[in-house]
Amino acid sequence: MDDSTKNLIQSHIDTNEICLFMKGTPDAPQCGFSMAISNMLKILEVNYKGINVLETQSLREGIKEFSDWPTIPQVYIKGEFVGGCDIVKEMYENGELKKILKEKNINHKSS
Amino acid sequence: MAMDIKEIKTLIKEALPDAIIEIQDLAGDNNHYSATITSSKFSGKNKIEQHKMVYNSLKGKMGNELHALAIKTKEQ
Repeated sequence: MDDSTKNLIQSHIDTNEICLFMKGTPDAPQCGFSMAISNMLKILEVNYKGINVLETQSLREGIKEFSDWPTIPQVYIKGEFVGGCDIVKEMYENGELKKILKEKNINHKSS
Repeated sequence: MAMDIKEIKTLIKEALPDAIIEIQDLAGDNNHYSATITSSKFSGKNKIEQHKMVYNSLKGKMGNELHALAIKTKEQ
């Protein structure tokens, strides 16, 4: 991964409380797993930045190396890698995701 | 670009010999799987670490030969 890709990823993570590296966009996801996570974040009514890794090949490969994680989507909350589709889905279902949002003071639908 | 269930199980077993592995072929195409893996080696590790152990056991096949493997890890 070159420095410009690394810096680009880091700046997305630094400037957005919640970052979703995904295939497609929140409005037009191009993969079922990316869509699933995007929908969960929408239901929780959080502000998140969807970053379409399909737009740039260097980003698509770079994010895997950056997070040391082989699959996409990937979720970052306040600079911290939270997980991919399976983990975030599990956290959404068992309430852990809401707990993290609350702990990190991120506005979301709490009821 | 596909892997069969046996191959996946063998690789995971090499890394996690005590693992109990259940795998479902979700679409019947040898390419979209869901796996539940139970192992004592997961204890004391967080979910990210647990999933990484499974990914590592697949030696780079995840995201390449293996397109989709939904993972659920459980501590024994």
